[in-house]
Amino acid sequence: MATTKVHGVNDFIQEISAMPGGEKINLCIQCGTCSASCPNANKMDYTPRELIAMARAGMRDEVLSSNTMWLCLSCYMCTVRCPRGIVPTYIMHALEHLSMRHYRTHPRVGTARLYRLFSDTVHAFGMIPRLGCMMAYFLQTNPLKALRMIRPALSLLLHGRMPIKATKLKPEPMKQLKAILDKAEAMGGL
Amino acid sequence: MKYYSYFPGCCMHEETPMYDSSARAVAKALDVELIELDDWNCCGSTPYTVVDELAAFCCCARNLALAEKRGFDLVAACSDCYLILSRTNQHFQQYPEIRAKITEALAAGGLEYHGTVRVRHILDVFANDITSDEIKARIKVDLSNLKVAPYYGCQVIRPAPSFDDLENPQSLDRLTESLGAKVVPYPLKARCCGGSLILSEDEIVLGLIRKLLQNAQENGADLIVTVCPFCQVNLDAYQGAVNRRFKTNFHIPVLFFTQLMGIAFGIDHKTLGLHHNIVSADKVLKTLEKCKEEHALWSRK
Repeated sequence: MATTKVHGVNDFIQEISAMPGGEKINLCIQCGTCSASCPNANKMDYTPRELIAMARAGMRDEVLSSNTMWLCLSCYMCTVRCPRGIVPTYIMHALEHLSMRHYRTHPRVGTARLYRLFSDTVHAFGMIPRLGCMMAYFLQTNPLKALRMIRPALSLLLHGRMPIKATKLKPEPMKQLKAILDKAEAMGGL
Repeated sequence: MKYYSYFPGCCMHEETPMYDSSARAVAKALDVELIELDDWNCCGSTPYTVVDELAAFCCCARNLALAEKRGFDLVAACSDCYLILSRTNQHFQQYPEIRAKITEALAAGGLEYHGTVRVRHILDVFANDITSDEIKARIKVDLSNLKVAPYYGCQVIRPAPSFDDLENPQSLDRLTESLGAKVVPYPLKARCCGGSLILSEDEIVLGLIRKLLQNAQENGADLIVTVCPFCQVNLDAYQGAVNRRFKTNFHIPVLFFTQLMGIAFGIDHKTLGLHHNIVSADKVLKTLEKCKEEHALWSRK
């Protein structure tokens, strides 16, 4: 029994450390510099330091269902301050990726939806047309929340900063990009 | 004449056309040729790297391969594009297995990449490749009455390696000073604006924006200059939302640093796209007009 548990621990930590940027997770000394540097630490279920400790303890479900990584702004403040050279930002990205794979529609946060929508759009158009993306996002998540966004969106529109016609790549380059991305996706990630 | 390949990024066609037009106009004035990359595609940004990191790298690698054919440094104006393009480059050089996979995927599109392109941010180019004397020689409008808070945001300087200090950057401060404007202390200049999380976590991000605006106001800034489209959109388009949410009364224009350079160089405001800025800079710039007229009168005497 004890062996299976240890085996489970190793699985999760190995999965993270196999991803580029996740290699150094085992060097963490739990100093908390990352949590102290994070602008969103106080809004997270667990701070970045706690999350790393939990990942090392094999608490897979608790880690992947938390909101911590989804509040990461990718500002890299933790990364440049970490005394052990860990890249917590990349670890957060890796955890987001794992969480997205295990809970396809994340119940707690819209960021997962937003990220998937953005990447699907790049795959389809080679660009990100904002107006379409914003509308699709709010329709998928919470249309009522869109009401709060109407004024900023309208002011962008009125200042000529939100084209109604979607910008996309020309057909030839789009075919090339699609061929590359299809190939990359077929390889099944890094 | 200096030559660069130019990667505008999606934002230039969408929320921030004025960054594109002002960057091009300023480059022209400084004898810098920004040659737009033909048929570039979106960099994929952070979201794509989360969903499928390999596909995201390949997305960037296509742009890098196109730039390699031409041979100049690849200049990105958006901090997010700059970060993701540099990161692709670093991973390509650092991890042989990633390199192999990217090469294989690019081959499916008939492209190849060898990892020789140097990715730069447009701030790095204007602050470090152009001397302050070259900038001073082109100044036509006196900005000495203008108090400016230089805002870097995060991804232009982090993570390492970077062209500037990771937490207390100076290049935009120096550039603003060479333009003749007064730089006010801005302790939060390298903190995050929240980026695209404004859509999914607006409550939290509005709080971050409020702190940035408050810090600039407390230090007496007339305006904020920025180097990233996401920062500009958050601070400018959502300033009203911050005021409504927190019952504050901010009215701080947020300009791109290229717009401020253009103003100093006497480029007309339409080319600089000042009409696209939501929090209008007219009131702040009127004082300059007055100075300009006085200056003209004075020099005629």
